[in-house]
Amino acid sequence: MRLTYLSGSLVLAAAMMFAVSPASAQDDAKFKASAHLYDTYCTQCHGVNRNGKGINTAGMSVQPRDHADTAGMKSIPIEEMNKAIHEGGAAVNKSALMPPWSSVFTDAQITDRVPYLAKAVRWDAN
Amino acid sequence: MRILLLLSGLSALTMATAAAAQGGDLKTQCGACHALEKPANPTVDRLWERKGPDLWYAGDKFNRAWLVKWLQNPTTIRPGGVFYFKHAKPGEPRDTLDTASLPKHPAVDAATAGKLADELLKLKSGLVQAGVYKPAAPNMMGKLAFGKLRGCSSCHQDKPGEGGLSAPELFDAAQRLQPDYVYAYTKDPQAFDRYIWMPRFTLSETDLQRLTAYIASLGKEAQ
Repeated sequence: MRLTYLSGSLVLAAAMMFAVSPASAQDDAKFKASAHLYDTYCTQCHGVNRNGKGINTAGMSVQPRDHADTAGMKSIPIEEMNKAIHEGGAAVNKSALMPPWSSVFTDAQITDRVPYLAKAVRWDAN
Repeated sequence: MRILLLLSGLSALTMATAAAAQGGDLKTQCGACHALEKPANPTVDRLWERKGPDLWYAGDKFNRAWLVKWLQNPTTIRPGGVFYFKHAKPGEPRDTLDTASLPKHPAVDAATAGKLADELLKLKSGLVQAGVYKPAAPNMMGKLAFGKLRGCSSCHQDKPGEGGLSAPELFDAAQRLQPDYVYAYTKDPQAFDRYIWMPRFTLSETDLQRLTAYIASLGKEAQ
């Protein structure tokens, strides 16, 4: 049921992407790949709905970033997001509870993730 | 009979393979769900498809006494199951785990548990160097590293109910895990699986020794 919902939300997000600009099949594939990686690795803390409410968050002294917060996400420079995913939260003066992911993701996967987040939370839509 | 009852909820295929493996044959009893050899081509999707954690380095990882006991009475190790995403549900104030959807691990009798443990302990990765951990009394820095400094507690519990739910519990690590394995896996999880969730941190030798000492101390009093 949840998977259906998620798939639905991704289709919706993809539809939004098409509405904003004509996306190539390559962009669509990158979006799907990023969504898959997000589900696999990021949702444990950032939540299955990308709202920062993952299963791991009960005892965290600093709560994970709410990726559904359009205004909050717009305030973060792209370079900082890249660095936070690569090197962890401490590298950008945020919480060390966000680990460095450069051993798991390739540079390209991280570079693709940022536009995925942009499209998924529509921080670039207005 | 008890084994058959415990297996009654599983598929006919699993029942057949388990029944055929009363002698404690690893391939038939464990191989349907666990990788007993290092996967040639690890992928992200393999993490979605596999039914149990990899056991191809079980001989580096587990203590025999714990294995024999656990195989007879399996308990939860990963609160979120083998892959937490499949059991996580959106919710307020946070996502929750559908624990009813977590599959139960079959139990075996004492004789089979002993045979399986012996077979499992033969599975070595070549990635764990004996004696790499220099036993030391756990100190506050190890606990600090596990919590605030390195954030291991984001995913792992070092006390029941304290810490994350997506990764294996560690509050019984002293009983379950070999310290040299804890050191090697913490140093480079991607050496074991290129795509495993646990990322590689930049840790000094001192950090690794302190973290291992802390983890190796967890649950020791219960031994």
